[in-house]
Amino acid sequence: MSTYDASMLLEVRNLRVSFPVRHAGRSVRVRALDDVGFALASAETLGIVGESGSGKSTLARTLLRLNEPEHGQVRFRGLDLLSLNGTELQRARARLQMIFQDGIAALDPRQRIGATLEEPLQVLKPELSEDARRERVLTVLARVGLEPQHLQRYPHQLSGGQAQRIGIARALIVEPELIVCDEPLSSLDVSIKAQITALLLELKRELRLSLIFIAHDLPAVQLLSDRVLVLYLGRVMEIAARDALFQRPRHPYTRALLQAVPVPDPRIARQRRAPPLAGEIPSSLSPPSGCVFRTRCPHAIERCALELPVLRQLGDSQVACHRAEEL
Amino acid sequence: MSTAPLLQIRGLGVYYATAHGAVDAVNDLDLDLGAGECLGLVGESGSGKTAVLLAIMGLLSSQARLRGNIRYRGTELLGLGAPALNALRGARIAMVFQDPMSALNPYLRVIDQLSEVSRVHGGSSRRAAEQRALEMLESVQIGEPERRARQYPHQLSGGMRQRVMIAMALMAEPEIVLADEPTTALDVTVQAQILSLLQQVRARTGAALLLVTHDLGVVAQLADRVGVMRAGRLLELADCERLFASPRHAYTQTLLAALPKLELPA
Repeated sequence: MSTYDASMLLEVRNLRVSFPVRHAGRSVRVRALDDVGFALASAETLGIVGESGSGKSTLARTLLRLNEPEHGQVRFRGLDLLSLNGTELQRARARLQMIFQDGIAALDPRQRIGATLEEPLQVLKPELSEDARRERVLTVLARVGLEPQHLQRYPHQLSGGQAQRIGIARALIVEPELIVCDEPLSSLDVSIKAQITALLLELKRELRLSLIFIAHDLPAVQLLSDRVLVLYLGRVMEIAARDALFQRPRHPYTRALLQAVPVPDPRIARQRRAPPLAGEIPSSLSPPSGCVFRTRCPHAIERCALELPVLRQLGDSQVACHRAEEL
Repeated sequence: MSTAPLLQIRGLGVYYATAHGAVDAVNDLDLDLGAGECLGLVGESGSGKTAVLLAIMGLLSSQARLRGNIRYRGTELLGLGAPALNALRGARIAMVFQDPMSALNPYLRVIDQLSEVSRVHGGSSRRAAEQRALEMLESVQIGEPERRARQYPHQLSGGMRQRVMIAMALMAEPEIVLADEPTTALDVTVQAQILSLLQQVRARTGAALLLVTHDLGVVAQLADRVGVMRAGRLLELADCERLFASPRHAYTQTLLAALPKLELPA
């Protein structure tokens, strides 16, 4: 195995995840991720975008070992995450936290918020005294913009925005080195979404957090990310620095995603640019041959059906498209 | 008056009696929808925007108390008996719901749900109704309409189900289509397809569209006029370009400021 870059916080290579399903009366494996690789530097935010079914959440869950991959490596500060078990895995989990999509569902409905915030400390930082624990809870609570009175509440007594703030506080409380955010904004109203986005942005800057930020919401990804990875049907289409990706998308799928975002300005929205991307993401049970995007790609040629494009460097971007240079 | 709007809402109130007193979902709302117009109604959760649509369709729960008037071509809809209401609903005024999976009947094949509309409202023969259903599926750009028509809702993707909902709403050539968050459950790429479809439908059929959404990007693309609701009240109603260019109400300004915009090269 080749060497790992010690300066990187997280390195993922050749990750493949599949799940057993029954299809047409037979047991088959459906591939959710295939040959996914990327690296994340400390204090960096990597945005992950793609349609439903592209494998974003599977990727998040696999990094935290909530799914077991079939193949691949995940190195976290040089530590082989996939080989850990028992206590070692638990210790590693104090360094990696997750924020979930549905803030209220992610909290224990029978536990007061105070207990929910103390629990990770009891489990992962048992050396802390009770006073130190309380202190830490209050500090983090204030940091996410909530009041001590919220500690007495149950999840159903919180609004969606407050619940998501608690989700963030619960992740922050163990001072993790990496937080994986799986669609943390998608169940929120517009104004609340803006508040939570602003909070994440502040935290990222002040605490120099490293984030993996999975979202449908491309404007939020643009605001928060340093680099962006585009997934389609379990494969990486493009990885690039934020500005390179948004200003000069190299992959036809990235371009189509950007064009599909509604523009909140009637004068621009009405001079409809390119026609929307046709069709929908195919089933992972029978992915297309060659390039998985070719069935919807306006630029597909014969080669795209025959040969799988590998992720390669092009200018400032990494792109998996045979025709990226000409487009 | 010959210039009366197609749909006229005056002083609409929707109230629920609770243990803690009356809660109003909609409060003293005035709204007109002109023939062929697209009116966007935006607001956050709990603003009452969906309750307005349900009041028009007579679909609020029996606990809801109503006040005011909703007139369609001069006919008062509030308090209208079921037979008269049923003659209008689905025929003159149709609705597209947010979640097509729960709005479509899971036990009926696509063609059966669609053709039911023509059989009930147009008195068409089965054969004519099915023919019309296939035409409608084609008009909403469903590939292989003959095969899809014989499938059940669970066999379709989310985007396709929403196309079926739109086809079903258009079966009886309504004058008004009410759409409740028609693209909220969809991916951006599929959302763009459905918005473009709704634009084509309007141009082709001339139906008026009352579009309820929380997404200002969606109204920017489709609406002629936009109403902004919060806590049951209509705070601002304006021409779409004017609203985006110079919002007058502080809440509209907040909503617009809260929208993260994608910075793209010109």
